[in-house]
Amino acid sequence: MDNLSAFDMIGPVMIGPSSSHTAGAVRIGNLAKEIVNNEYQDIKIYFHGSFKETYKGHGTDRAIIGGLLGYKTDDPKIKDSLKTAAEMGIKFEFFPIKLENVHPNTVKLEITDVDGVNTTITASSVGGGKIVVTRLNNTELNLKGEYYTLITFHQDQPGLIAKISEILNIYNLNIAEMQVLRERKGHQATAIINLDHEIEDQILSLIRGIPGIKTSKLIKPLN
Amino acid sequence: MENFNTVKELIEIAEKKEISLAQVVIDREIKITELSEAEVREKMKETLEVMRESVKPALNQDIKSMSGLTGGDAKLVDQARKEGKSLVGDLFSRIIANTLAVSELNSAMGKIVACPTAGSCGIMPGSLLTLAEEYQFEEEKIIEALFVASGFGMVIAKQASVSGAAGGCQAECGSASAMTAAAITYLMGGSNQAVASAAAVALKNLLGLVCDPVAGLVEVPCIKRNAIGSSNAVTAAEMALAGVESVIPIDEVITAMKEVGDALPESLKETSCGGLAVTPTACRIKKELQTESL
Ligand code: SF4
Repeated sequence: MDNLSAFDMIGPVMIGPSSSHTAGAVRIGNLAKEIVNNEYQDIKIYFHGSFKETYKGHGTDRAIIGGLLGYKTDDPKIKDSLKTAAEMGIKFEFFPIKLENVHPNTVKLEITDVDGVNTTITASSVGGGKIVVTRLNNTELNLKGEYYTLITFHQDQPGLIAKISEILNIYNLNIAEMQVLRERKGHQATAIINLDHEIEDQILSLIRGIPGIKTSKLIKPLN
Repeated sequence: MENFNTVKELIEIAEKKEISLAQVVIDREIKITELSEAEVREKMKETLEVMRESVKPALNQDIKSMSGLTGGDAKLVDQARKEGKSLVGDLFSRIIANTLAVSELNSAMGKIVACPTAGSCGIMPGSLLTLAEEYQFEEEKIIEALFVASGFGMVIAKQASVSGAAGGCQAECGSASAMTAAAITYLMGGSNQAVASAAAVALKNLLGLVCDPVAGLVEVPCIKRNAIGSSNAVTAAEMALAGVESVIPIDEVITAMKEVGDALPESLKETSCGGLAVTPTACRIKKELQTESL
């Protein structure tokens, strides 16, 4: 109980009715917003399992869209998010889906931003408002929105990860966790680096400047 | 700061240091959050404000849940009371109506304070705040009562669970009712032992309560179970304040609750595969909701 707070018992303040199906869904939307980091053009939402069965009664649809619009879990505007998004000219649609080997409360999002860039995100609400993104485009990962997370997409080559670590090291940025994934040796690879602190733009551009790095994203933690 | 894992330890710290139960919980919170006492109290005051606001909408407006299944019952009870038709008297009737009001707001995507969960959010504001208003307690005293409640909640969360999926509704509405009974007894000036007894009696009375939400939604039976959680909390506090003691101490009741929760089949722990959720009426409701769904 050492890290249990009084406000875990009397709190959080939230929009009901469900911490997993409503608050968790808002947080999935919030994290997806961080990942996309641009205005939306078109959003396709696929509900799996318990989300598919009960999304309407739990307002999971409004919660996801509200989260994508940046509303926090206690924002009463969540209830009207579908109307708001439509008024903003965002196209969105909901579909049922059956996914393999996922948590019952799972959603897949296909988002096209105003520049035509597509992002596909699969995320689950695992209880008490906690969430995890399990897939980003073609990469399987484990993103919980608890850290500042640096994600790089790069060509798999020797020494590249060491260079990233070196830059982080110079600026005294502590790596909490690091995960490197690749399709095959020498091909497309992804590094997911969880940091205790925010990275300044200047350091981010140094990392982006490393030869072999195609793109990188910095995702802020959810509060 | 001293930490506590049981109610016995919580009371021992208070007695050793000659401070209130609330102060033990506040001191612990200061330590783990590194906030000042004023900040910690302020945070609870803000929480209290949200609770207070959450009572109003369903009493004053016609609200419906997202599924359309529930809403309007708080108003019915309140209306009957206003017409002088209450069976149990004005105060108790207000407690029932206010509890329903918060739970209905939750089902209608309103802003609530989970206490300890969203499904059981009506019990604390419905009973504690109604009594505090009736007897005109000062804000600081209500805030302290809420800290006492959270202290009891932490022990339950540590020793058992406050999740319906893990322990059935006894863990949600049962815990909420025990926390509320403790808060009320503290507010009304009960001794530390009386506070513990009230929580013990409240939890004992709801032991074994299953979690069987119709169509998987936090509506039926949840909303009305909140009203029972409030009635139970008030009854337990009434007894404890009169000097009635729980034969089984609260810490042992919590352990028993955990055992009962573990023994409950999965079908009665939020899966909607048993209990009320599989009655013919529930099956019909589920079907109707599904046809309008994806
Ligand atoms: S029946 Fe289940 S979902 Fe409803 S309040 Fe109780 S524990 Fe929560």
